[in-house]
Amino acid sequence: MTAYVFIAEALFFAFVVLIFMGALLAVHARLLMHAVLGLAVCLLGVAGIYFYLGSIFLTMMQILIYVGAICILMVFGVMVGYTPQEIAESNLKGKNRFLALGAAFSGFVLLLTALLRATFRPAAETVGDFSLPWLGETLLYRYCLAFELISVVLLAAIIGAIILATGGRETEKC
Amino acid sequence: MLSVSTSLTTYLVIALVLFVMGIYGMVRHRSFMGMLISTELILCGASINFMAFNRFVLADPATGQVFTLFIMGIAAAEAAIVVSFILAVYRTYRTDDPSAVQDLRH
Repeated sequence: MTAYVFIAEALFFAFVVLIFMGALLAVHARLLMHAVLGLAVCLLGVAGIYFYLGSIFLTMMQILIYVGAICILMVFGVMVGYTPQEIAESNLKGKNRFLALGAAFSGFVLLLTALLRATFRPAAETVGDFSLPWLGETLLYRYCLAFELISVVLLAAIIGAIILATGGRETEKC
Repeated sequence: MLSVSTSLTTYLVIALVLFVMGIYGMVRHRSFMGMLISTELILCGASINFMAFNRFVLADPATGQVFTLFIMGIAAAEAAIVVSFILAVYRTYRTDDPSAVQDLRH
């Protein structure tokens, strides 16, 4: 039994290392393509964290939506929108590294002190469980309006993306 | 015995570090695509927070999962909009530097 717990903890640390290495690559890579790759690795690690937090469905959704869809979209954006030289140089232009370090460090200290001071108590009695039927029931009964609204938002985003990417109304006249 | 993966503070610290790295990248990058990548990191930190509180504090374990699903939907819509916006800006200005995009009508 102890061996299984040890393996589980080791895997957890592996996922955490995956997250941090991926995020480091995403913010520090010279090539934009490498940054997108680092983001994909980071999101894969976050999927592992969701698994440890008890939701297999969210793990699968994270891999499908984030790693599978959003990262591919970014790769398309990088490959279509930039010349090869700009892909290489685009991230090197940053000169405000100290400003970024200051903002990140002050935010980290501020939030960490607030986090370590707070106490969280678990709820007295629990309703439902982590199963998929209960999640679907909550999604489609209690949060039905938000569910419908987010589909409208997605539709508007798709139409807006098409109009923006094809150049708007003027292209039809020319 | 190790029990790091069963404490709330661990997940909150992971989410905090991810969020702070997103802010760092957002300030440091000088390209729209890099800022979009940093935004995704920030959103992921927020999602981990929701899932951690959902697992350890909340009474109903479906609420946090629903919120995380909504965050994923919003992130997908935002990524689609921003990528097409980058294409439009690049077609007009021939650059990806946010400080070069200054006039409302080109």
